[in-house]
Amino acid sequence: MHRRDFLISSLGASAVALSAKTWSAPATDQRFLVVFLRGGYDAINVVVPTYSDLYYGRRPTIAIPRPDPANANAALALDGQWSLHPVLKDSIYPLWQKKQITFVPFAGSDDTTRSHFETQETIELGQSVGGTRSYQSGFMARLASQISGASPISFTGQPPTTFRGADAVPNIAIGKVGKSGLDEQQAALIQQMYEGHQLQAAVREGFSVRDKAYAMLSGETAAANHNAAPPSNFELASRRIARLMKADYNLGFLDVGGWDTHVNQGSTGGLLAERVRQLGRGLSVLVEEMGPDVWAKTTVVVLSEFGRTFKENGDRGTDHGHGSVYWVLGGSLPGGRIAGEQVDLKVGNLNEGRDLPVLTDYRSMIGEITGRLYGLSQDRLSKVFPLAPAPSLNLI
Amino acid sequence: MTKLAVEMDTQFKAAAKVQDPTKRQAAQLAYYRAMLDLRQQAVTRSLLRDIYSSNQLQEQMTWFWFNHFNVQAEKRDIRAMVGDYEDQAIRPHALGNFKDLLRAADLHPAMLRYLDNDQNATGHINENYAREILELHTMGVGSGYSQKDIEEMARILTGVGVSLSPDPPKLKPEEQAAYVRRDLMEFNPARHDFGEKTVLGRKVPGAGLSEFEDMLDVLARQPATARYISRKLALFFIDDAPPKLVDRMSKAFLAHDGDIPSVLEILFHSREFQAASRMKAKDPVHYVVSAVRLTYAAGPPVTEAAPVQEWIERLGQPLYGRETPDGYPLAASAWSAPGQLTAMFEVARQIGSGSPNLYRTEGESKNTPTRPTPPALRSTLNERQVSPALASKTKDVLAKARSPAEWNALFLSSPEFLHR
Repeated sequence: MHRRDFLISSLGASAVALSAKTWSAPATDQRFLVVFLRGGYDAINVVVPTYSDLYYGRRPTIAIPRPDPANANAALALDGQWSLHPVLKDSIYPLWQKKQITFVPFAGSDDTTRSHFETQETIELGQSVGGTRSYQSGFMARLASQISGASPISFTGQPPTTFRGADAVPNIAIGKVGKSGLDEQQAALIQQMYEGHQLQAAVREGFSVRDKAYAMLSGETAAANHNAAPPSNFELASRRIARLMKADYNLGFLDVGGWDTHVNQGSTGGLLAERVRQLGRGLSVLVEEMGPDVWAKTTVVVLSEFGRTFKENGDRGTDHGHGSVYWVLGGSLPGGRIAGEQVDLKVGNLNEGRDLPVLTDYRSMIGEITGRLYGLSQDRLSKVFPLAPAPSLNLI
Repeated sequence: MTKLAVEMDTQFKAAAKVQDPTKRQAAQLAYYRAMLDLRQQAVTRSLLRDIYSSNQLQEQMTWFWFNHFNVQAEKRDIRAMVGDYEDQAIRPHALGNFKDLLRAADLHPAMLRYLDNDQNATGHINENYAREILELHTMGVGSGYSQKDIEEMARILTGVGVSLSPDPPKLKPEEQAAYVRRDLMEFNPARHDFGEKTVLGRKVPGAGLSEFEDMLDVLARQPATARYISRKLALFFIDDAPPKLVDRMSKAFLAHDGDIPSVLEILFHSREFQAASRMKAKDPVHYVVSAVRLTYAAGPPVTEAAPVQEWIERLGQPLYGRETPDGYPLAASAWSAPGQLTAMFEVARQIGSGSPNLYRTEGESKNTPTRPTPPALRSTLNERQVSPALASKTKDVLAKARSPAEWNALFLSSPEFLHR
């Protein structure tokens, strides 16, 4: 029996009988990475509803042209309705063809403030919008606590909200790993002062993560030289993330900024196209660096706080909207699909007349994925995402 | 502050009106830089006070209360207000009366902006501020108020906002008497719900801004508030909130009608406080400020706070930078994760080896040479006879230092120095 089938069935009718077994044997060989695009990426110019006349009507200067074999700048057809930004041709499109990526349009949160700060916070906390929130409890922290053998890491300079409440999650500004100012002898002397102290383990772990991260740098120059173009920061970061998650960590969080495209965002080229190209390249580098065996046990979710306005604004950009398009990637995915509930993108179906409605809640989506990856019972899952809408996407 | 905020608003609006997109972006960038500079000036003033003030408790409590009544500078135009907020609303009351502090903070335009109360009006209720006043500023979550109390509190708060305009809004003659304007804070009767409200079982007849002011006084006297504040103070100073100690502090809070020194006196004279000495790991602000004080305070005056700020930011606790209204966590465990400790040791090395940028004057280029090197901490500490307080492991390690800068770095990394 394939592992995935086993887990799907364990969530079905026989869940009660199997739950004890899945509890005692959580799938710690599975790796899970969340990539948060901060700033609200303009989802429908990346995963494009090329079937929609309204899309072309409302975006006269920034729309991506419909698929056309004769036009190198045309969108790449996905399922006949949706198409992919042409700049992703060599990075993400091959993953689509290998069925290792699924796109979930109309995805997002029930936070309707359209504020970056509020909505990022809402998603990272993963609690319901209406009730009293605990700012000290993020969903990745709660997820880590439900998986035995979890080894979490945050690839960010500061511990992110989503890991609040978890013990000693190492964080590392992955793009900025450099030579430490403290030499080996100094590191050893500092550790010596903490022998027998309550912080002894934390001090040791801190130096150890630093050393692991620095050690991977040594192999980088050679790898980078394979590429004609110098690697972008994100590409470099992706390679390091792949190495750390291959060897030492199985639960990761990464954020990528620069998506708040209010002005001159461009179309097939320009500001957004360049960001998307780097993102796609970074993710394909991650897949490559992990190698087929590890990639087969890895799932990546790409999300953002909200989508943007359906109509372009007066500055050839877009403003804060609501529904987004989330990505799910993995080496064992039944991918190559557009998943989740949809509405026809025509007049009258837009949310408040200005943006995409949210039909798939981020909590039900991530809840279902992680529930299946780690064989979490409904009870355990409800501790990660209390009151989340019931999942039904069959993404993995 | 009023002048600053109005000027910045004018600059912002003018920038938005520029027709050419490229020129508009340049104008908006100039606005952004000017706002950043305002925040920077506030940070500098605050940090230089932290380093040089002879009343350290005043500065520590200013940080504590700012964090309790947290606002984030990056939101909207708060960067133009944050300096005034700390200096006029928080610092004067940091060792004063909680009731005065509560009024000053919760009626300040920075706070009204930060928690969106300028968007709370009758017919367009925004509960955000009402919820946080009860949950974070006064009684604490789960202390006996209901969702209904929050809804009623939100009605009391309608019309309490911020105005950058020199002119009052157009009001009906019967509304004009209730209009209140204090600098940027504006109470607009046209936006207020004058119906009767009930909060915590207490009837509040429609009266205008005084409904909010009186309700703050009521909240300041709640036993739940006394407990919640006492708990946080204990956590801040000793990383623990022993129920018996919190009881005694709460009693003093209520008996002295919110007099903060009376509450601190109980805490500082407690056995629990004595026992906790050097047990709580410092948070980044306390760590960096104390390290800079120890290393540089006796030398030539530090003229530039930017390096101090960078060290604090590197450790994840930038001044005015906490996004969420709950403020930075007070528990030591929030700041002593592995990656954070390693970063602290790196910062210790930088502080210990001396940053010429601490003595930079405006307009001077970076890394100007011929600046004072940091004093050798070894001799400073010898003079103060610190040695007997050090563990033998620490002494052994310090004896292995290969240079004065390394000695500094190791001492600033020691468990003794890392804990308050």
